[in-house]
Amino acid sequence: MNIEVEVNGVGYSRDIEPRMLLVHFLRDEIGLTGTHWGCDTTNCGTCVVWMDEVPVKSCTVLAAMAAGHSVRTVEDLEQNGTLDPVQQGFMEMHGLQCGFCTPGMMMTARWLLDHNPDPSEMEIREAISGQICRCTGYENIVRAIRWAAEHSGEPADKAGEVMA
Amino acid sequence: MQVPAPVDYERALSLDHAIELLERYGPDAKIIAGGHSLLPMMKLRLLQPEVLIDLNNVTDLGYIKVESNEMRIGALTRHSELLESPIVSEHFPIISEAERVIADPVVRNRGTVGGSLCQADPSEDLAAVFSALKASVVLRGSKGTRVVPVREFHSGPYSTVIDPGEILTEIRVSLSSPCGSAYKKVERRVGDWAIAAVGVVLRVSNSRADDVGIGLTAVGAEHYCAYEAEEFLVGKELSEETINECARIAAENCNPSADQRGPVDYKRHLVEVLTFRALGKAVARCKGGSQ
Ligand SMILES: Cc1cc2nc3c(=O)[nH]c(=O)nc-3n(C[C@H](O)[C@H](O)[C@H](O)COP(=O)(O)OP(=O)(O)OC[C@H]3O[C@@H](n4cnc5c(N)ncnc54)[C@H](O)[C@@H]3O)c2cc1C
Ligand code: FES
Ligand code: FES
Repeated sequence: MNIEVEVNGVGYSRDIEPRMLLVHFLRDEIGLTGTHWGCDTTNCGTCVVWMDEVPVKSCTVLAAMAAGHSVRTVEDLEQNGTLDPVQQGFMEMHGLQCGFCTPGMMMTARWLLDHNPDPSEMEIREAISGQICRCTGYENIVRAIRWAAEHSGEPADKAGEVMA
Repeated sequence: MQVPAPVDYERALSLDHAIELLERYGPDAKIIAGGHSLLPMMKLRLLQPEVLIDLNNVTDLGYIKVESNEMRIGALTRHSELLESPIVSEHFPIISEAERVIADPVVRNRGTVGGSLCQADPSEDLAAVFSALKASVVLRGSKGTRVVPVREFHSGPYSTVIDPGEILTEIRVSLSSPCGSAYKKVERRVGDWAIAAVGVVLRVSNSRADDVGIGLTAVGAEHYCAYEAEEFLVGKELSEETINECARIAAENCNPSADQRGPVDYKRHLVEVLTFRALGKAVARCKGGSQ
């Protein structure tokens, strides 16, 4: 079947099998490999993307169900060479080691901060409770998200500097 | 890599359209709502429907409203919406407390109330909640609409009385009955299915229980319900003694099986402790105590 999906503000049209999962559509059909694919069982959360502005586990959504809807992936966090404060927080606070869980963690973190700009440690832990990190022990992920909360209003060029 | 077997996809654009599609494709078609139970089962080939009928774009099936002294919940309402609803948190702590421990926040963004009830997983939390609340469900098919009590809706593990051509459209909960309710669950880790869980709804007059609902999940209770324990408590003075006895009866009459979540006697013990605690909390709420 043919589907049209808007991903990160760009429209894509592809012929797919109806059984294709959204995570495979993003990675294999349109080449956005930032979204990772891990457990396959809706447990690890590395595949989290936004669908219609809400975080979902893309291994448990059919690409066909996303047709006509908008999807946002980790590739959309950085804008014009400027990192999102969440991305910068992960750098500053060493919020990743292997990086496998990171895209899902960042998409959930961005959504949390958009709805609760000053979350407590418990609120952060609750928000990422459906996502598994096998490296960091979560402590630095929580610190990274707190860092982003504390630096969200800062001028963009500070983040740009880190990129350079 | 786990993916479903080949399947066709149809998108329902309205409730009538969904019913028409179910009619057209017959028993080989399945409704897909959140897909968070159905797709995992399809990945494991536990289910192999030929056609999926996507309900997600029938957005007028997602609502929580008050009508005719009932709270009415549209089948497509997501877990997260139930958790955030002021109507729910004001009237039904049992629902809020259960939703807080159903899966994780990202799964709750997608899974629906209707899907939860239709899935009829023996460990489903909302099945126990709505059984305790003595709620009913509205089923609609090409032949008309019927309203079925939740306690008659589930007919066993993973099975319900819904006809292949029917769609669950709404859950109805009376707003007049409860004056105190609570939900208690024990799981192995955050976000996991229950080892055992208990939901309690009480109405009290002159410090006696005049209406009691006790729902159980994951412990093999018929219709997710502790009938004997309810029957015992109705009309009794709510003392520590009667609550204790009620909890003991609930534990004695459920039917858990041993699995990777624990042996039978452990689960029975959990039912007793959780029933006692949930009743205690509900009684405190009836007295206008703390949330
Ligand atoms: C990782 C994980 C953890 C979970 N943990 C818990 C937990 O702790 N407790 C708990 O209770 N649940 C848990 N769940 C289940 C979760 O709540 C599911 O979302 C829910 O059971 C099913 O809802 P759904 O909308 O995804 O249904 P779907 O998967 O879309 O459908 C389930 C079944 O119901 C049918 N159906 C759906 N909607 C309708 C309708 N309106 N009319 C007729 N038939 C319909 C479908 O055909 C299918 O057979 C968990 C799920 C996951 C993935
Ligand atoms: S790959 Fe989707 S939750 Fe693990
Ligand atoms: S950084 Fe390795 S899994 Fe999280």
